[in-house]
Amino acid sequence: MPRDATSFRHTLNRWDVKSAPYLYVAPFFIIFGIVGLFPLVYTAYVSVHEWGLITGNQGFIGFENYSDVLAQERFWQAMRNTFSIFLLSTIPQLILAIWIAAVLDANLRAKTFWRMGVLVPYVVAPVAVGLIFNQMFADKSGFFNAVLTSVGMDPIGWHSDPFFAHMAIASMVNFRWTGYNTVILLAAMQAIPRDLIEAAVVDGANRVQRFFRVTVPLLRPTIIFVVITSTIGGLQIFDEPRMFDQIGLGGSDRQYMTVTMYLYELGWGSQRDFGRAAAVAWILFLVIVLIAVVNLALTRRIADSGAHVPERAGKGVQS
Amino acid sequence: MRAKVMISATAVAAMLTLVAGCGADSTDNEGEDGKVTLTVATFNEFGYDDLLDEYMDLNPDVIVKEKKAATSDEARENFMTKLAAGSGLSDIEGVEVDWLPEIMESSDLLTDLTSDEVEGRWLDWKAAQATTGDGALIGYGTDIGPEGVCYRSDLFKKAGLPTDREEVAAAMGSTWDDYFAMGKEFTGKTGTPWFDSADAIFQGMVNQQANPFSSTEPEETLIPLDENTEIKAIYDTIIQASTTDDLSANLQQWSTDWQQAFQNDGFATMLCPGWMLGVIEGNAEGVEGWDIANTFPGGGGNWGGSFLTVPAQGDNVEEAQKLAAWLTAPEQQIKAFKAKGTFPSQVEGLTSPDLLGVTNAFFNDAPTGEILAERAKAVTVVPFKGPSYFAYRQAVTDAINRVDVDESATPDESWEQAISDVAALM
Repeated sequence: MPRDATSFRHTLNRWDVKSAPYLYVAPFFIIFGIVGLFPLVYTAYVSVHEWGLITGNQGFIGFENYSDVLAQERFWQAMRNTFSIFLLSTIPQLILAIWIAAVLDANLRAKTFWRMGVLVPYVVAPVAVGLIFNQMFADKSGFFNAVLTSVGMDPIGWHSDPFFAHMAIASMVNFRWTGYNTVILLAAMQAIPRDLIEAAVVDGANRVQRFFRVTVPLLRPTIIFVVITSTIGGLQIFDEPRMFDQIGLGGSDRQYMTVTMYLYELGWGSQRDFGRAAAVAWILFLVIVLIAVVNLALTRRIADSGAHVPERAGKGVQS
Repeated sequence: MRAKVMISATAVAAMLTLVAGCGADSTDNEGEDGKVTLTVATFNEFGYDDLLDEYMDLNPDVIVKEKKAATSDEARENFMTKLAAGSGLSDIEGVEVDWLPEIMESSDLLTDLTSDEVEGRWLDWKAAQATTGDGALIGYGTDIGPEGVCYRSDLFKKAGLPTDREEVAAAMGSTWDDYFAMGKEFTGKTGTPWFDSADAIFQGMVNQQANPFSSTEPEETLIPLDENTEIKAIYDTIIQASTTDDLSANLQQWSTDWQQAFQNDGFATMLCPGWMLGVIEGNAEGVEGWDIANTFPGGGGNWGGSFLTVPAQGDNVEEAQKLAAWLTAPEQQIKAFKAKGTFPSQVEGLTSPDLLGVTNAFFNDAPTGEILAERAKAVTVVPFKGPSYFAYRQAVTDAINRVDVDESATPDESWEQAISDVAALM
């Protein structure tokens, strides 16, 4: 471009074009910086100090909080509980969500009613769900045990047995989140071009084959999204186990105490130690990142296993 | 085109109405014709519902709102969180004696409420609990919890035991052994559990120890749990009575099952501080046969008791102090006692004829004022509770509940777990 009198305006214009996109996304990053990044960094700062709940900053102690927390048996118990509840809730939930989405994708009567209906459990406040399920799962006087005893079976210790406590809490989580994931997967399913499905029908695929070899691989990006958000949410679970009994500590043997509840007990409960709570928060953050990466790797591979059809179909099927 | 304009106009009008409706609620303290709004945070049942209305009638330029937490533990968590945050606490915060020592460590965040008006108002030991080392009074005592034994006279009748409250008091004796022995007789005959929760028995026993978890001579020192022979002996006694002798209904207090058990004849007796009367009446609605006996195993016991504190972070500290002083005056506390059974901690209240004449219709017209006043006189030991009291007590409670309620550990395993829980606090 020849340098002339209007070159400054050209330069301004170039800056405008180059920087405009960044300025448009800047508000998000500024807000994220304030409410996301800053607390993350500040928590790391707190975790390397001796920091009481009310007494405040007592001095730098390096990684002592981390080693204290990792040495406490309750921390590992909380980890085991969290993973147990996470697996019991996320896996059935996602399988159910895909299945229900497939059912809703079909040509039903009153489609909108069914599709909005699955979202109703999501709208109910988690604390309310927790309180109601707590009553229904009560060991002696609860609804579920009443049903079990009426058919002659032994009542189950929903609060006393760790495994059944995890199942009860997982059922609360599934109740809430299945509908949400269903709607997301349904939206993705509806975006699959119908002619791909028709081409598969013409090729002789039955319903099951169509589902596993056409629909699911094309849903891969959405499945990845749903798995990662479920992982993050599932490992941070707090509301449901906390509302599962009146005291909110996770049971007398901490049998359903999750890592977030343990964090709360460290910071605001009997230890009143913010430094240790911050250490737990950072350990949890690293664990979630690790598991999310593992899940991403797995989901890319699993959804990839039926990838022959999309490779051909993706190039544009002309019929 | 016109339809489109109409629809969008309606939509905008609807949204504006919604926004206007949402924005109408104002929460500022000083607006509204110069009235002051005070918030009072309590838990369980303080008995203040009518009293706050009365105060508003007496002071037309004050609006008082009550905020109730379901349990003392919830109130404690809320208090700790907001005390640390520096804002969000109510103008008056109810504090229970079990966690009062924890907040005494931050007494500079609470207003010093010393004044001539309240000088000598409370029992010495009650006022001492809320007095800091520097002599500042950071809480006005509300109630104390002198304990009697509440029982179901209809279930006693079925077992052939006496039902008249004086006869029951005589039969129950005055030691824990007598209480458990009567229980074995009852449970043997009817199969119904004797008491509701092993943890409640623990509360009864621990409050009769002078130094449950910390010694005070020459200065305050925590007793490590594995060296605490007194508490271990109590633990063993309780496990013996609740599990081996099967006297416990295996319930956790305040849980759904416990509330239901009142309606299902789940247990025959329970240790009954004054404030529990209101709770029993609420949970056992429709059940007839509750009565209270003028006796307590071990002689006398006090469980709980609360204070009203005024956090320094509030906007209306003076008005709040005035309200707190009024609420904790003997006359008002007696009214609360009549409403919910919260027994006065004020010296004048204990001797007032108004108190001594109180009867409770739900408890078979028992003269609860007189009974609890005598129970209060029988209290000889006030346990020392340091800042770690709450955490240590929680560890032993968990140990007892593991064996009694969850049945997930043997007594020895459970005690070992309690020892390691307490070690983690360091």
